[in-house]
Amino acid sequence: MDLAFSPQELAFREEVRAFIRAELPAQVRAKMESGIELTKDDYVAWQHKLNARGWLAPNWPVKYGGTGWTVVQKHIFDEEMALGGAPRQMPFGVSMVAPVIIEFGNDEQRGYYLPRILNSDDWWCQGYSEPEAGSDLASLKTRAVRDGDHYVINGQKTWITLAQFANMIFVLARTDPDAKKQEGISFILVDMTTPGVTVRPIVTIDGGKEINEVIFENVRVPVENRVGKEGEGWTYAKFLLEHERNGTAGVAGSFQLLNRLRALAGSQKFDGKTMLDDEGFTKRMAQVEIELTALSYAQMRSLAAESSGKRPGPESSFIKITGTEIQQAITTLMMEASAQNALDPSNHSALGYFNARKTTIYAGSNEIQRNIISKRILGL
Amino acid sequence: MDFTLSSDQALIKDSVDRFVTDNYSQQQRAAIVASEEGFSREHWAQFASLGWLGIAFPENRGGFGGSPVETMILAEAFGKGLVLEPFVPSVVLGGTALAYGSNGKEHADLLEAMIGGEKLLTFAYAEERSRYDYTLIETQAREEGSDLVITGKKLAVPYAASADSYVVTVRTSGDKHDRDGITVVLVDRNAAGLSRRDYHTVDDRRASTVTFDGVRIPKTNVLGELGKGLPLVEQIIDAGIGALAAEAVGNTSVLLRRTVEYLKTRKQFGVPIGSFQALQHRAVDMLIQTELARSITYYGTMALTDDTSPEERMAALSATKVQIARSGRIVGESAIQLHGGIGMSEEYVIGHYFKRISMIELELGDADFHLGRYVAMGKLLAAAAPHTATETAGVGAVASV
Repeated sequence: MDLAFSPQELAFREEVRAFIRAELPAQVRAKMESGIELTKDDYVAWQHKLNARGWLAPNWPVKYGGTGWTVVQKHIFDEEMALGGAPRQMPFGVSMVAPVIIEFGNDEQRGYYLPRILNSDDWWCQGYSEPEAGSDLASLKTRAVRDGDHYVINGQKTWITLAQFANMIFVLARTDPDAKKQEGISFILVDMTTPGVTVRPIVTIDGGKEINEVIFENVRVPVENRVGKEGEGWTYAKFLLEHERNGTAGVAGSFQLLNRLRALAGSQKFDGKTMLDDEGFTKRMAQVEIELTALSYAQMRSLAAESSGKRPGPESSFIKITGTEIQQAITTLMMEASAQNALDPSNHSALGYFNARKTTIYAGSNEIQRNIISKRILGL
Repeated sequence: MDFTLSSDQALIKDSVDRFVTDNYSQQQRAAIVASEEGFSREHWAQFASLGWLGIAFPENRGGFGGSPVETMILAEAFGKGLVLEPFVPSVVLGGTALAYGSNGKEHADLLEAMIGGEKLLTFAYAEERSRYDYTLIETQAREEGSDLVITGKKLAVPYAASADSYVVTVRTSGDKHDRDGITVVLVDRNAAGLSRRDYHTVDDRRASTVTFDGVRIPKTNVLGELGKGLPLVEQIIDAGIGALAAEAVGNTSVLLRRTVEYLKTRKQFGVPIGSFQALQHRAVDMLIQTELARSITYYGTMALTDDTSPEERMAALSATKVQIARSGRIVGESAIQLHGGIGMSEEYVIGHYFKRISMIELELGDADFHLGRYVAMGKLLAAAAPHTATETAGVGAVASV
């Protein structure tokens, strides 16, 4: 056991830092620092930079464009990206659908979709939840009925992040209504420009317009857009969720958020002092930072186990629970640091606190995660 | 960075795990608790012969060339078995004082004797008014020619009735809060003017209140530098926190395992109580805290290497102590609650782990003290510095998804 970073790892950290310094567009950096929402073009511009360097999809197998990095390198990369103010990696293509295509898709699908993800030709979104299928996802009702060499899809998907940017959606649909709940579901890739696809925004309690519902009315999708076997989609869906959870923990992003908390707490003066002069408040900040540090080492341990051959398993549930609780704790402190100023929406902190409620709900609520750990790790 | 044990480390882990399995059944432990010294001299000799008492010290400081990782491995196993031998006071606290404060052959000889199992050490820093503030020292050491004459009182000195030499923090100059004027000295247990009130601690260990009434020692008993002992004190305390954290990790892993076993076997309403979701979720929280405790202990252990700056080391070990305190409390309290009435029983093992992990929280500084020290190390606030200049620094919406 050697718990220090090696000289090679430290050199790699410098390399990542230098890359971000040189390549992160100034206007994107400025938006990140002042918390202005990024446009699709901002994201895509940064993805092009990463792809040109070969760093867009570190987790993929090398032959498809992955980096072959060690767990520690990936950790360093994520950390530096967050601390350097780089935009958050959009997970839907690179980290969600791609691993499913790589693991369960066929050669044609890999050859077509993976390069399009790397080149940012496609923006993906996730068609999982439905109005009547939230935590009980397997009860989903969206139907895909075989008609010759097409599926005809009808149904409604909801809570879809940035569907307004997307041209592709991966959909869980029921292909066999008579099979048991988890069986009879298939994993289908749908071009959103197909007739019958409608995207409607859902305004969230913070006024945000990042989530949507997507309606499917007699949408005809070629059968070759199904990934893997018909009726095996639930297996692929779970595989994807395990990949998703490690990402939703947002460990590196929380370090970035802590920097914003410090900036906020230090910038607002009350009676000549900032909240950074308040011992009670700084101790609470310290508490969160310490827990985040513990979590970041826990995540590295989990990834190290994964790199020795295990796919992300139920441990990712624990990372998701703790990571999202920390995200919420930081946004709570941001609101508290602002005091009455938080009532003014231009202060943003209360809105951020409202928005962060979603983190313990999405990607399988934290209660569902606890059920998973209870069953699969503790054996209860 | 590599989380796998080297083959040498794996051997140590195997042998210490085996020691605990063979020697620390509940009955065997109860007999040791009831013995005169509250630990086994026989076990201690075994530790010495296995090399455990010197393994973590660098070779150039009289040890066998290991690292803090070896201490972590040993202390975790001791935590799993609720081992009573004074490993932390004698080896980690006393040993660190000698290894890093040695001023010559006499000190090197004492460290060698400690490593060989012939001498026991302990560490005395806490005082009636200090709480955990190790800079608040009212025990005075007055210079008289080539001697120091010590007057004062130290609290909760572990295993003082058995230790041959005490590593004691004293004030040789300045006011009680001054960072200068602190000196670390060695005092023999049998020195004239030293008296003790010995007691059994609430977690079945031994400790003493030690009073120094004009205790005379030669200045050659000074470890480190006269009047400039604070960095050494901090190093001793940080090394101790690392070991206590690993011990706590051992405690939490047993508390979790035993609680989950109990949830699977205990039946009420005709079913195992582990089928109830309210109890399952609390058990999951125990698992989460056990993992966080282990992870922060790796972080803290990493910072105990010689090439970490004192500020970074102190921030890391304070972070470690804070997280251990929080995790330990959640795991310990939940274990008792989920066991129900049996958890309150002295005869049942779970309460003993709860008591130990609760007292670890209070040793070498509690969460509140270390939150303060963490903030004082400047890591938290330094990161804010580049931003504070601009009063208008906006803070936008939270990164989405």
